Amino acid sequence: MSDVILPGGEGRLFQRDRDWHPPGFTPQYKSTFFRSPKHPLLAIGQTASELSGPTFGHSLIGPLDNDLIRNYAQDGGEAMGQRMFVYGQVLDENARPVPKTLVEFWQANAAGRYRHKREGYTAPLDPNFGGCGRCLTDENGFYSFRTIKPGAYPWPNNGNDWRPAHIHFSIFGHSFAQRLISQMYFEGDPMIWQCPIVGTIPDKSAIDQLIARLDRENTTPMDALAYRFDIVLRGRRSTMFENKMEGN
Amino acid sequence: MLHKTQKLKETPSQTAGPYVAIGMAPNVARFADIKGVFPEDLGTHVIGPDTPGERITVVIRLIDGDGVPASDAMIETWQADASGKYVAFGETRADGFTGFGRRAMTDERNEFVIETVKPGRVPGPDGRPMAPHLLLWIVARGINIGLQSRLYFEDEPHANAEDFVLNKILNPARRPTLIARKDGGSPTRYVLDIHLQGPHETVFFDV
Ligand SMILES: [Fe+3]
Repeated sequence: MSDVILPGGEGRLFQRDRDWHPPGFTPQYKSTFFRSPKHPLLAIGQTASELSGPTFGHSLIGPLDNDLIRNYAQDGGEAMGQRMFVYGQVLDENARPVPKTLVEFWQANAAGRYRHKREGYTAPLDPNFGGCGRCLTDENGFYSFRTIKPGAYPWPNNGNDWRPAHIHFSIFGHSFAQRLISQMYFEGDPMIWQCPIVGTIPDKSAIDQLIARLDRENTTPMDALAYRFDIVLRGRRSTMFENKMEGN
Repeated sequence: MLHKTQKLKETPSQTAGPYVAIGMAPNVARFADIKGVFPEDLGTHVIGPDTPGERITVVIRLIDGDGVPASDAMIETWQADASGKYVAFGETRADGFTGFGRRAMTDERNEFVIETVKPGRVPGPDGRPMAPHLLLWIVARGINIGLQSRLYFEDEPHANAEDFVLNKILNPARRPTLIARKDGGSPTRYVLDIHLQGPHETVFFDV
């Protein structure tokens, strides 16, 4: 877990622990069969190209971007379903907050149906639910959004596989080499442990990192539950000028 | 100065799934057609009308191990400007250059297409300039963790010959998998086929 900083390594990102992530080829998730490269990845370290990354400002974000209950709703309506806030802190591996980074999220509606042309599930669309949102983290790395709990849905992997309720997340960080997409699951859902996609992650404690906790303290009475989901991005080695690197 | 850091583990990756366009390109009519949430999809414009540099079109195709074009993928590009400078974090360029491109496979030909400028040369780890390149990040159904690669340019043979990344590829026959070719039709159009598997498997990186 710990890493000793050696002179000469300053400013670089810690090596990615590929055993913590799912491997490319995972036979129980059949789509990986033709889409996992067979050659080993070539280690090239990081240059200015990998250590820099895209930047997004507050001018990008609209007032309803982090409210999935209303951001697609027609004529003052609202999306149907179990209302909730999802919030959390984006940190790096050094446990430092990652401020001003873009977090994007997308999900199925309360019935488990995606608003997508190729969706094959028979559950109904909700005319007031689009299914996407985004926000920037604050100075302390916190993000939050309001939505409805997505339904579980079937997919044809083995004929009758079902995905547990989940929300897809995309996070940028400050370096292009920190780029990450993952999924958030819900505490107590028994379907997590029978899902072939969850099962691509070998380590049970790594899976546990993807499970949001019900936060009773932060629920809004008579309105919405709260779930907390913290996200960890790759960390950088310290430099001689620690203060300058902060927030870099 | 030796001290301990790295207290937390990185959040493990999960596939972007077949519906990545809902989150990352919701305006694309072919997939989601979710209008009105975002005025335009992120990464639509890499450059502005006043951005200096040689205008080029970059076309990327993604082919799986069964020879089938991946129609549900999402690709992002990150690049320096024509003088070899990256947009710094928090910086806004008056000329509209962002350096960041993103596309779902938007058309029936399953091609990723961006209009941009040819990037300048950026110093490598030894201080020597790298050849002009774009960083690539590829996610899709069936890809458990985003694939990292680079796109170089066919008409930079001298710069490519001394590029430290291309030279790290020990089998020279695999280097062309990263080099976009000039398309016959236009002198400013570069095309790269990315093969996820097979005899022409693209070189992917651990960065
Ligand atoms: Fe999903």
